[in-house]
Amino acid sequence: MTFIKKPIFRHPSLPKNDLGLTYRDYEGLVSTLCAGCGHDSITASIVQSCYDLSLPAHKIAKLSGIGCSSKTTNYFLNQSHGFNTVHGRMPSVATGANLANRDLIYIGVSGDGDTASIGLGQYCHAIRRQLNVTYIVENNGTYGLTKGQFSATNDKKSKNKKGADNPFGAIDLALMAIELGAGFVARSFSGDKEQLVPLIKKAIAYNGFSLIDVISPCVTFNNHPHSTKSYDYIREHNTAMGELDFVPEKENIQAKYSEGESVDVTLHDGNSINLQKLDGNYDPRDQDKAVSILRKYRGEGKVVTGLLYINEDANEMHETLKTSTTPLNAIPMNDLCPGIDELDKLNKSYT
Amino acid sequence: MSNNSSYNELVLKFANVNGSGSASANTFCAKALFRMGIPVSAKNIFPSNIQGLPTWYEIKISESEQLARRDGIDVMVAMNAQTYEQDINEVLENGTFIYDSSLLRDFKRDDINIIGIPIAKLCADAYTDSRQRQLFKNIVYLGSLSLLIGIDFDVIKQLLSDQFGSKPKLYDQNIKALEIGRQYVKENIKYPLEKQVRKSNKNTNKIMINGNEAAGLGAVYAGATVASWYPITPSTSLVESFEKHAMKLRKNEDGTFNAAIMQAEDELSAVGMAIGANWNGARAFTATSGPGISLMSEFIGLAYFAEIPLVLFNIQRGGPSTGMPTRTQQSDVLSCAYASHGDTKQVLLFPADPNECFYFAIESFDYAERLQTPVIVLSDLDIGMNDWVVDKLEWDPNYKHDRGKVLNSKELENAKDFGRYKDVDGDGIPYRTIPATHPELGAYFTRGTSHNEYGGYTENGVIHAKTLDRLEKKFDTGKSLLPQPEIIINSPKTKIGIINFGSTTKAINETLNHLSSKGIGINHMRIRAFPFSKKIDNFINEHEVIFIVEQNRDAQMKKLLVNEIDSISSKLLSILNYDGMPLTAQFLIDKISEHLEEDIDINQLIAPPIKIV
Repeated sequence: MTFIKKPIFRHPSLPKNDLGLTYRDYEGLVSTLCAGCGHDSITASIVQSCYDLSLPAHKIAKLSGIGCSSKTTNYFLNQSHGFNTVHGRMPSVATGANLANRDLIYIGVSGDGDTASIGLGQYCHAIRRQLNVTYIVENNGTYGLTKGQFSATNDKKSKNKKGADNPFGAIDLALMAIELGAGFVARSFSGDKEQLVPLIKKAIAYNGFSLIDVISPCVTFNNHPHSTKSYDYIREHNTAMGELDFVPEKENIQAKYSEGESVDVTLHDGNSINLQKLDGNYDPRDQDKAVSILRKYRGEGKVVTGLLYINEDANEMHETLKTSTTPLNAIPMNDLCPGIDELDKLNKSYT
Repeated sequence: MSNNSSYNELVLKFANVNGSGSASANTFCAKALFRMGIPVSAKNIFPSNIQGLPTWYEIKISESEQLARRDGIDVMVAMNAQTYEQDINEVLENGTFIYDSSLLRDFKRDDINIIGIPIAKLCADAYTDSRQRQLFKNIVYLGSLSLLIGIDFDVIKQLLSDQFGSKPKLYDQNIKALEIGRQYVKENIKYPLEKQVRKSNKNTNKIMINGNEAAGLGAVYAGATVASWYPITPSTSLVESFEKHAMKLRKNEDGTFNAAIMQAEDELSAVGMAIGANWNGARAFTATSGPGISLMSEFIGLAYFAEIPLVLFNIQRGGPSTGMPTRTQQSDVLSCAYASHGDTKQVLLFPADPNECFYFAIESFDYAERLQTPVIVLSDLDIGMNDWVVDKLEWDPNYKHDRGKVLNSKELENAKDFGRYKDVDGDGIPYRTIPATHPELGAYFTRGTSHNEYGGYTENGVIHAKTLDRLEKKFDTGKSLLPQPEIIINSPKTKIGIINFGSTTKAINETLNHLSSKGIGINHMRIRAFPFSKKIDNFINEHEVIFIVEQNRDAQMKKLLVNEIDSISSKLLSILNYDGMPLTAQFLIDKISEHLEEDIDINQLIAPPIKIV
């Protein structure tokens, strides 16, 4: 769908933010993901957050790895430089970019394959360094582009669309991030914009590594066998369509629930996950508490969402490295090159 | 002194146990000889180990400046009983073998001069602390040696004072140890030896430096601000050099630094960071060796295809696999030239010595930014980690760093229709923008997927092929931009040439001098960069037979030449050395002579040199 150009037309009465920009000014190209993909809701939440915060888009760099999730950096913030890196390696490229210019806002988008498998090492080390990035994992438990293999965040004993069990246990990226010292750790659900938008805003504002692990259902590969829009159903009713290329139209799953409330959300595959929104009394500054609450709810088969942990005193990478307050890419060559007198001294030291 | 005395032409070798403190004493010896004005070349032959294995340090001393390695040792200082047998066999007839005679040994060679000095006993008597007893053994043999071969004691004292100026106690302790060694020689041994050194004047405007030190410093002068790396022998000291100089020369008043050095979790991450920083407008580099290149290959392809500047120093070591981490080779030529999958070609620079490492380190950033592509500087362990005597480093205050085609805010406003991958100038090099340059203009999407002129995703085969063609054109643009080969015409009429690159140059020069003295003229070309300049084609076309010298098994440079230049393969005769040791001139002389003697056709192509050395 990349050939479809978005109309440039703006309705004159669209509301504007402090920079005089409309929501549309923060959009990107038309998404080419499957209709109803949770990732598109996350894209919309990122657009909404940047619009609400009145961020100058050109001061944001958006980076990603490879996979469905990583494609989405093309679908928001057209005025920002974007970088689709290689599979699982976005954290290192983001680290380098951040080293070069500490003044930009960095949004990293990744998926569960990109982060929890091929890129697990880079993910851990970016956290360890407290890279100043808003790291959003669009977590659907499956490899979409290669047609539905289990990912490392898929829960043990859950099934793929062919009915096979997932034999291995899941990696909990949020739990891991807390252990590794991430300054800001949250979990959310793509269908809960009311929760997700404020979390993204907080994450962007946070000076250090902020993870938002967003559960984002895959409409195509976590599919219900009895659904009238399943592959089986369509095959029975429409023989003309190519099996792999046809993707049924679906509505985004939306969930609305209040703090402290627990709600069952039915996914496209007919299974449901139980989302537990943290209540107002939860203190996210307590690391041990954050770890134990994640473990507790996981044991009960629930997914707990919200801001899980925040360290208000973390030193971001540049503070640790003592890099200049002027971004390194803005220091003139004359100030970087020591010149002839220093070289004379050095030559003497080599005799 | 006897009439048999000869001066400043000898090979001195130390055999030690690694981790015993010998390295600094041996380097110290080389430095003292250098300060005496004598041409020297030092090679550290060390194990991939921290403590307890054999290690050697060779110093070639040559007034006539024939400084390639040679086999056959004139004076061996044997301080490792494990290797006595091997070490004594290396000593030339009439040479000298010095060993620690605290434990007397009977060596079965009567054609050499064997000197025993009870070094361990002398130290046991002089020191009570066990660590001092061990460490000062190295200084004691240095003291003995200074008398035996005639190293100027004042020069040694001055060196010590430069080194320990702020620590008088250490200075005194070292002088004491030196005196112990000298005293024993004075009282017990006939000195000096036949092979001696004396002051000379050959080192005016020379420095003693290793290639990694020079390249790290070069990166500082290049204005590099980000170094991301993963430790690997023999490249580690390059980033350490950058760090040392940057922390000293780039410190701000508020205690911050105009540089960031990041030790990554692996080579993939190291090169990823360098790519990210270059993409964002800083000059960034990484340094590695063979295994690192293998790991970095996917990212190198991204930088090639997305056209991101990148400087990568590959300090080559013995491969394949983990290979010989502490030995030298030139065996990454092909894996670097075509690093990464798909149609990729990388710019390579081949420095010959530490001096050129400094200049290539500076220029590599200019080429990377001008051509918007990875530039791999192919040094090796011999250049990178050994101390070489080279011309002092120069800096032209008018040097202007070439930042390449980067559009600023005003230029973006004047540009009609910015497209990141448009070939506006017809040289294959597009214009790029750095994030945050302009609020509304110049943003684009960087990707390793196929893209159109605006950076947009495409699966259109015609556009994809066009992009690949433009990248090829850009690569061709590099041919005239990059360092040209160094060509020496020894004989205008000869149809025989010799090609080399990198660290083998000293051995080539020595060989050509030797052959010249026998009336054999061979013209020489040293390749300094890939893609190959037109001058390289010409040199090959002008000769009928060309020797090509490489330190690898597979004749990688020959293959690269044959691959890139049409119909030349029958002219190229490979001379290959891949035992991990720096090349000797004798090896080359033997191989070339074999060809000349055995092949009548080649013999007829010889013409005498212009002047016989």
